[in-house]
Amino acid sequence: MTSVLVHREAAAEIEVLEISTWRATLLERARAGLRPVTLYGRRDGDRVILTVVHQAGAGLVVSRTAIDPAHGYHELTSSLPMLHCFEREIHEQLAVRISGHPWLKPVRFEGLDQAAMASYPFYRVEGKEVHEVAVGPIHAGVIEPGSFRFMCFGEHVLHLEIHLGYQHRGVERRLLEREPRALAPWVETLAGDTSVAHGWAYAAAIEALVGHDLDPEIELARAVALELERIAMHLSGLSGLSADLGFLPGASTYGRLRTTAINTSMRLCGSRFGRGAVRPGGSGMRLDAELAALVGDNVRLLRHDGAIIDDCFLSARSVHHRLAGVGVLSPEMASELGVVGMAARSTGVALDARAPARGLYARHPVQVCTEPGGDCWARARLRIAEIEASLTWLEQVIAEPRAWTPRRSALPSLPPSQLAIAVVEGWRGEVVHCLETGPDGALVHYKAQDPSLRNWMALAIAVRGNDISDFPICNKSFDLSYCGNDL
Amino acid sequence: MTIFNSLRVRMSQGKQFIADVRSAVPAGFRGRPHIADGACAAGCDACVASCPTGAIGLAPLSIDLGRCTFCGECVLACPEAKIALTPEPRMGGADRAALVVTAGAQERTQIRANDGLARLFKRSLKLRQVSAGGCNACELELNATANVNFDLQRYGIEWVASPRHADALVLSGALTRTMTDAVHLAWDAMPEPRFVVVVGACAISGGLYDGARGVERGFLDEVIPALYVPGCPPHPLTFVNAILDLLGVA
Repeated sequence: MTSVLVHREAAAEIEVLEISTWRATLLERARAGLRPVTLYGRRDGDRVILTVVHQAGAGLVVSRTAIDPAHGYHELTSSLPMLHCFEREIHEQLAVRISGHPWLKPVRFEGLDQAAMASYPFYRVEGKEVHEVAVGPIHAGVIEPGSFRFMCFGEHVLHLEIHLGYQHRGVERRLLEREPRALAPWVETLAGDTSVAHGWAYAAAIEALVGHDLDPEIELARAVALELERIAMHLSGLSGLSADLGFLPGASTYGRLRTTAINTSMRLCGSRFGRGAVRPGGSGMRLDAELAALVGDNVRLLRHDGAIIDDCFLSARSVHHRLAGVGVLSPEMASELGVVGMAARSTGVALDARAPARGLYARHPVQVCTEPGGDCWARARLRIAEIEASLTWLEQVIAEPRAWTPRRSALPSLPPSQLAIAVVEGWRGEVVHCLETGPDGALVHYKAQDPSLRNWMALAIAVRGNDISDFPICNKSFDLSYCGNDL
Repeated sequence: MTIFNSLRVRMSQGKQFIADVRSAVPAGFRGRPHIADGACAAGCDACVASCPTGAIGLAPLSIDLGRCTFCGECVLACPEAKIALTPEPRMGGADRAALVVTAGAQERTQIRANDGLARLFKRSLKLRQVSAGGCNACELELNATANVNFDLQRYGIEWVASPRHADALVLSGALTRTMTDAVHLAWDAMPEPRFVVVVGACAISGGLYDGARGVERGFLDEVIPALYVPGCPPHPLTFVNAILDLLGVA
């Protein structure tokens, strides 16, 4: 059994519903508490096939409908706000008419629409003393580009609108232009800070398509790379948050601890970002007695020095005062918006693709952390708790004698007309890859989804009612990917 | 008490800076390729076929670091084990041609100092970074150059928030079409003298996204970079050494 959530189904077996039944099914599943994982469209002749994937218990269910794009369908976002980004994407990518959609704005300006970038239809707040602040696309730091527009009353933010698309390289298109079993270098750059999670989701989907059974030890090596990535990026986020707070001990100490974490990845796989750790049919991770001792030492250092700075960070009144009650996302709003990953867990929702435990996570369970509150303070505390949980997990795994050398099995060509979906819990949240082959075994669709796509709206909502000076802290606490949205 | 917490942090921190960034070698890093001497087997192009970015040339065997993502696929593909990736991070270049590695090439690159730039910026250089299609790996490594380990500021080199304060524009990413205007605006806002540094395979050549639908690299036809920093992403030491070389800092 694979350790990540994987679903494979022959395209012919997937139920294709008539559009009104399909809509009713989605609403019914929402009432039954099923969570949509993704919704995407693909052109097929003069029709567009819409595919929705729900999480049902420990598995996934897939339902389809085929529609005429010019005729389109009546939106679902008003009833299920969590679908807003998916419906907008379908409208933008495939020119599907979606009537009645309350917020049919560009997700990232794809294709020819890029010329319209400057004419983004910003929401307007009218009023004599209402003013707007535009930020970006280039920001003040060494960071990716994106555009923010604040509608303010004095310092008070009434609404923040986030306009992305500046990072759109045309990744999904490129993934269809290359040999499907050799896409790892591209997949690792979908969101470069999430190389391992995207790499694993891709590899798991390919392995499901060809029916390859993975050696459990290879999965364990991947899981080690994934937790090192989580620790490193949480440390990076805490360092950045500390810098934005003006809390310099945190900025420098979390920053140098991140160096220890990513240098550990580099010793095991040659890259500070875990690139090469995952390849379809194998892993590039290396471990022997000497390296295991080094990992053990580094984990102890991270735990020991981490506890000291955590103590300092969490007990500093200036930190608490600046973060507590700022950028609040309620659990109700989080579930309504379909927020995933650490942003959801810091509203107290235990949503984590590593649970329910399967495969290696059943043998070596990882503690799923939650924090109540939904504010910047909760998101910071959650990251501290998750570092701790990942270090504990690593200690247990490394305690047993292990030896890994980079290896991989040659995989056969992809079978025709199959759909495979893989979900991996990256440090930000669930990473979802959906690959479908056509009648000749070539990839006809590659839907790669970073958690950022769903979580950006949560940032916009969390900033409402705060001061504009709270924005950098809110932004850093969500720590979302621009390129991951702009695929 | 917070004061004791702060002191404990300070004690645990100790000295974290890398004393000699000019010779430090990161253990385990997939860095500068080494190509063994001798001709390849006739008709063999296994490495070329394995390369995701078309970085490899044959007769003689060569690797273009401006395209290389250091994925190591060629190392696995070569039946004669002619290619190895060493941990050497120093591999920047002041011109595009200098990035091509062949058999018998030097084990590390020392970029010749640019006398004009050295005279102006040797003691103080301000950098403005713009990401245009970067995946956040280059951006994180560029941020790391200013952390307590690499401490780029010790050389009077700093990242600044405004292009108006900057001497060099440091570009990462393949240059997306949607960032074209913003990149031009940033460049136009910079006072002369100024120069461009391109960081990572994407910025140098388009890398994995060369010719992709959302990429438009016209800016780099207009402005020729003064410095090329290879990697995917480059190690902070690659960047720091390339800058110090260019400015003639010992």
